[in-house]
Amino acid sequence: MAEQTSHIPTVIADELHIVYRVNGAKTGKGSATAALSRILKRGEERGVRKVHAVRGVSFVAYRGEAIGLIGSNGSGKSTLLRAIAGLLPAEKGKVYTDGQPSLLGVNAALMNDLTGERNVILGGLAMGMSREQIRSRYEDIVDFSGINEKGDFITLPMRTYSSGMAARLRFSIAAAKDHDVLMIDEALATGDRKFQKRSEARIRELRKEAGTVFLVSHNNKSIRDTCDRVLWLERGELRMDGPTEEVLKEYEKFTGK
Amino acid sequence: MSDRPSPDDGLSAAELADRYGLAVSGARPGLVEYVRQLWGRRHFILAFSQAKLTAQYSQAKLGQLWQVATPLLNAAVYYLIFGLILKANKGLSHDVYIPFLVTGVFVFTFTQSSIMAGVRAISGNLGLVRALHFPRASLPISFALQQLQQLLFSMIVLFVVAIGFGSYPGLSWLLILPVLVLQFLFNTGLALIVARMGAKTPDLAQLMPFILRTWMYASGVMFSISTMLEGRPEWIARALQANPAAVYMDLMRFALIDGYGSSNLPPHVWAIAVFWAVVVAVGGFVYFWKAEERYGRG
Repeated sequence: MAEQTSHIPTVIADELHIVYRVNGAKTGKGSATAALSRILKRGEERGVRKVHAVRGVSFVAYRGEAIGLIGSNGSGKSTLLRAIAGLLPAEKGKVYTDGQPSLLGVNAALMNDLTGERNVILGGLAMGMSREQIRSRYEDIVDFSGINEKGDFITLPMRTYSSGMAARLRFSIAAAKDHDVLMIDEALATGDRKFQKRSEARIRELRKEAGTVFLVSHNNKSIRDTCDRVLWLERGELRMDGPTEEVLKEYEKFTGK
Repeated sequence: MSDRPSPDDGLSAAELADRYGLAVSGARPGLVEYVRQLWGRRHFILAFSQAKLTAQYSQAKLGQLWQVATPLLNAAVYYLIFGLILKANKGLSHDVYIPFLVTGVFVFTFTQSSIMAGVRAISGNLGLVRALHFPRASLPISFALQQLQQLLFSMIVLFVVAIGFGSYPGLSWLLILPVLVLQFLFNTGLALIVARMGAKTPDLAQLMPFILRTWMYASGVMFSISTMLEGRPEWIARALQANPAAVYMDLMRFALIDGYGSSNLPPHVWAIAVFWAVVVAVGGFVYFWKAEERYGRG
């Protein structure tokens, strides 16, 4: 697929380093006196522990590519996605993008105490849709989620939903917007079998509309189905970058599958 | 794919990005562009503040009635302690003191809760900051707006108290509007400032209640500054009266209460009110914008 597209880069990562700073997680005794002595001790940043999550990753992604990100838990996949989206500042190095890459997901903006109805509007606005766009897509979002199949649930607060129902609504809201460079974090296809199929189809649709797609997943099958190129991260370093089959073969050897 | 010869071979990342017009991801926009983006998100800011306000009491049986009941109970407690037990109404008649006290409490609470919400605006919403794109100033502004809506509910109680103690609606009540606008600007600026500080140092949320309580006692919420400091050098009273919290409280009292005349106001009070609002709002906005690209770090 990618061989046919013109070679136009959409995302360039150049020696990217990401460091998290965690307050109050400094190793040592947790007592108040120990904390106090740490505060009084001179040092660059007191009481702060640094986590070097991504270490010098470089790659160029081209238009029309679907790129899978694999690696064991905590290898820096999600962090790398956030950095590409410009949500996490780089410690060193740079990410260049064409337009605004967006992460598929709206969970953080929704509020459990509000009705499903208001959450659709709030989530849409948080993703940068206009009121008119939300109004015109409102019915689609609710229908797609299937929330109202068993009665008028959309007018109830989201905390009354079952976890499956809430996950379905969240996905439906997140998938309502078109994206230029789209990034999908694993385990999005939630809910019952019927909804999983529907959401997988929607992801394929979004993929077609988007210029470049990044997919984080632990499911090698879904990576094989959707991606033509794979980046393998391990301990924050780029271990391999190449066509899906080649990288997956090595990866499966590594994980002992 | 890199084994294919291409005209782009040998270019550095920066040159390649430049050639295809790619921009650095997450770079901070210019100030004018930032304001434009923020304006584009005005519906989100408003919806977010209203959602927070509604969510607050959504589990309570009485529901949104608490929006009015909470300030009413607050006023009753202060009346009990300062009006009946401590008799702090030095130099003010009972009919003036009660609305004086309630106005002071509500107006100061407006600033106080805007700051408290501002400190946690970024640090408490890191999940949101790390998931979606929007000008980060949306959050503190939205929280300040939520407090403004909260104050509007309190104003209902305030009007009832004022009328109950013999101050009837008159032309001077129109002054409430400009006072609210100026105080809202001031609060928003402060919320932006503490939001940036709180994003870097979340400990501020623990420290802030003490700073705010000190500020409250120095601002004359429960007593009249000029009466309290009688016999002391005049500049002390002047300085205390020029502090923004005192200015907005006094202006609101002047607008609302018949027996609280302009003799209680410091000279140039409107100029001071405008000065604080503009300086803090503009300064706070620029200060917040300067760290825009770093808020995701936490």
